[in-house]
Amino acid sequence: MSASQTLAFLAGHEFRLGWRDWVSLLTAGRRTRLRTAVIGVIAFVAVMHLIAYTLVARYAASGVYPDKPTLVMVTGTMLLSWSLLLSQAMESVTREFYARSDLDLILTSPVSPRAIFSVRIGRIAVSVTVVAMLLGAPFIDMLAFFGGAQWLAAYCVVAAMGAAAAAFAVAITVALFRLIGAKRTRLIAQIVAAVIGAAFVIGLQVAAILSYGNLSRLAPLRSEWLIAHAPDLGNAMWWPARAVLGDLLALVAVAAAAFGLLGVSIAIFSRRFGDHALAAAGISQTVVRQRRWSRGFRRASPHRVLRRKEWTLLRRDPWLMSQTLMQILYLLPPALMLWQSFREGIGASVVLVPVMVMAAGQLAGGLAWLSISGEDAPDLVASAPVTARRVLWAKIEAVLGAIALTFGPLILALAFASPWSAAMAGSGILIATASATSIQLFFRVQARRSHFRRRQTSSRLATLAEAFSSITWAAAAGLAAAGTWFAVIPALIALGILGGARAVSPPPK
Amino acid sequence: MSSSTRPVALAVRGLTKRFDRPAVDALDLTIYGGEFYSLLGPNGAGKTTTLRMVAGLLRPDSGSIVIDGIDALVDPVSAKRITAWVSDEPMIYDKLTPFEYLEFVAGLWGIDAATAQARAEDLIGWLGLAPHAHERCEAFSKGMRQKVALAGALVHDPKLIILDEPLTGLDAGSARQVKNVLIERVRAGGTVIMTTHILEVAERMADRIGVIAGGRLIAEGTLDELRRQTGKTATSLEDAFLTLVAEQAA
Repeated sequence: MSASQTLAFLAGHEFRLGWRDWVSLLTAGRRTRLRTAVIGVIAFVAVMHLIAYTLVARYAASGVYPDKPTLVMVTGTMLLSWSLLLSQAMESVTREFYARSDLDLILTSPVSPRAIFSVRIGRIAVSVTVVAMLLGAPFIDMLAFFGGAQWLAAYCVVAAMGAAAAAFAVAITVALFRLIGAKRTRLIAQIVAAVIGAAFVIGLQVAAILSYGNLSRLAPLRSEWLIAHAPDLGNAMWWPARAVLGDLLALVAVAAAAFGLLGVSIAIFSRRFGDHALAAAGISQTVVRQRRWSRGFRRASPHRVLRRKEWTLLRRDPWLMSQTLMQILYLLPPALMLWQSFREGIGASVVLVPVMVMAAGQLAGGLAWLSISGEDAPDLVASAPVTARRVLWAKIEAVLGAIALTFGPLILALAFASPWSAAMAGSGILIATASATSIQLFFRVQARRSHFRRRQTSSRLATLAEAFSSITWAAAAGLAAAGTWFAVIPALIALGILGGARAVSPPPK
Repeated sequence: MSSSTRPVALAVRGLTKRFDRPAVDALDLTIYGGEFYSLLGPNGAGKTTTLRMVAGLLRPDSGSIVIDGIDALVDPVSAKRITAWVSDEPMIYDKLTPFEYLEFVAGLWGIDAATAQARAEDLIGWLGLAPHAHERCEAFSKGMRQKVALAGALVHDPKLIILDEPLTGLDAGSARQVKNVLIERVRAGGTVIMTTHILEVAERMADRIGVIAGGRLIAEGTLDELRRQTGKTATSLEDAFLTLVAEQAA
């Protein structure tokens, strides 16, 4: 087989695996759900187009010109999106290093590792781009429909952004491997990915808080100071934004730069990728010794040992910690805003309540999955002389404890600024946590903790219900903190979501 | 002691479980205290389903399970208190050390801390795990993981130990250690019921052997009794087993 035939064969194999991954993601692994999944995708696309219409149609119809404020806004928005793409690409590269499923097979085959990993880096770029296209397509379509066909150039820019994100992700992860070794890279790369994903959003929020006292991400991009200090219109920095706006020359330059970067990245790093992947595979054999066991066994009830076990497992798993880190990172801007509000006496504490409730609901969903579904020794716990109800309560308590530990200090700080807001935040966090935990309970499917990333595939409904439950409870708590009876409306919707989730959940086995 | 005067450790009557087809079909089984009982059968015969129902991991469609006089379907918590379950896939937590794992299991079974600690130290020593007692299980081999799981099963001093293919994938040394620990338990008055595909293990260790096929017990007895049932007294357990299963299939 020639080199090009080998590459084509490997690309076909990767494409088939990638396609089946997508189908499995949409159907939760059941072929019988394919029709439902297709209907769901069509509905999702329609709703996204509707949202895009309400957001950008009028803007596009009135005409968009490449003046400085527009270029600043488009560039900022692109950077915001690209940081998320880079985060996702880093996640994929790290997974490629540490997923051992077929490494032994492919590295013992007579195919050059360079060819294999070239294709895999390419696949990462494609998968990142596909996700970006899916989310960006409705907006591009609406802009093109109402503003003209030149907006279709944005599709090429999205592909270029995906390619550049994959190239940078490979470079950053390989650099981490060389700098800190295989063992630490897994944790650090995950954290860096989470931080990159959140950093730009959080950075803009922090800037907004410090300058304007609100949480809007786009506020700093409209600032007169930023526009005045931005480079001239002829500067190359604006090429990506110009390409989005339909400038053909800029589009060619941006695409050439991005795909060239990806090519260079593949040429440089694919050679070493196999060695790093093998090094990563070897770290599972690393022995981790705990501190000398001197205190002896502690007397504890089954309840307590179950709680303690959950916390110990979570504490000792940096990968899981980093997976939940993203949600905690988003608490930084509200914390800053709280501090600002407290220092300057701004009555902005009400704004914090929904942010905290939303973050708590999302964090609780992840923790509840780990505790309730992600049990690595289900038979051991089920064969113990403890009723299923007691086991469940202990696990729920473990989730509540972790949430209390995370949000307790923030609520306490908020109580100094506004006791009423703190009371509403506390109540909202408790209810949102209970709701997210209940939804995980309704849809529980026994799985290994290492499958945490794939938890959404077990049930799309659970994921959606969990997200909407957090949003509606956040709205209810925010309105309650503002002292309006309208809080009842989102609260009732949240209860409806909970009831609906219960009604459509599979019967307990 | 004759069978009729020995205490019954496990009595299963009319046990039935259907999935797409009957997995266990009106099974009757009696195992006596202090007995090592080996349950043999071809793949899909219903061995694991039977043991999972006895361990309280699966609810039968009908029938009864009585463990040491306790109706396991009416009072499962009391039955589980005196039972241990070990499967071919070790049920341990990667991020805990063997000692921490045993402390967790002892807590689940409500064992006094001092007693549990003494037992844990003994078990860790017997099973050759002492050098690794404070290492996280994530780097352990299959054999070491299975030994940790076995230590967990024994730390609460169960009367009935249920093992489903516990020797699968173990090297000769680890298998010997596990077998020795089980024989010691039986000598100390414990009862063991174990499924295995390694017929030599059943031949050497079991007091009685049950052969299950199609969810039904098709033969039961000592090795000599099984040989007599096949009409070939000089045959090995493997020959007797294959003859019995072939007769049933015919």
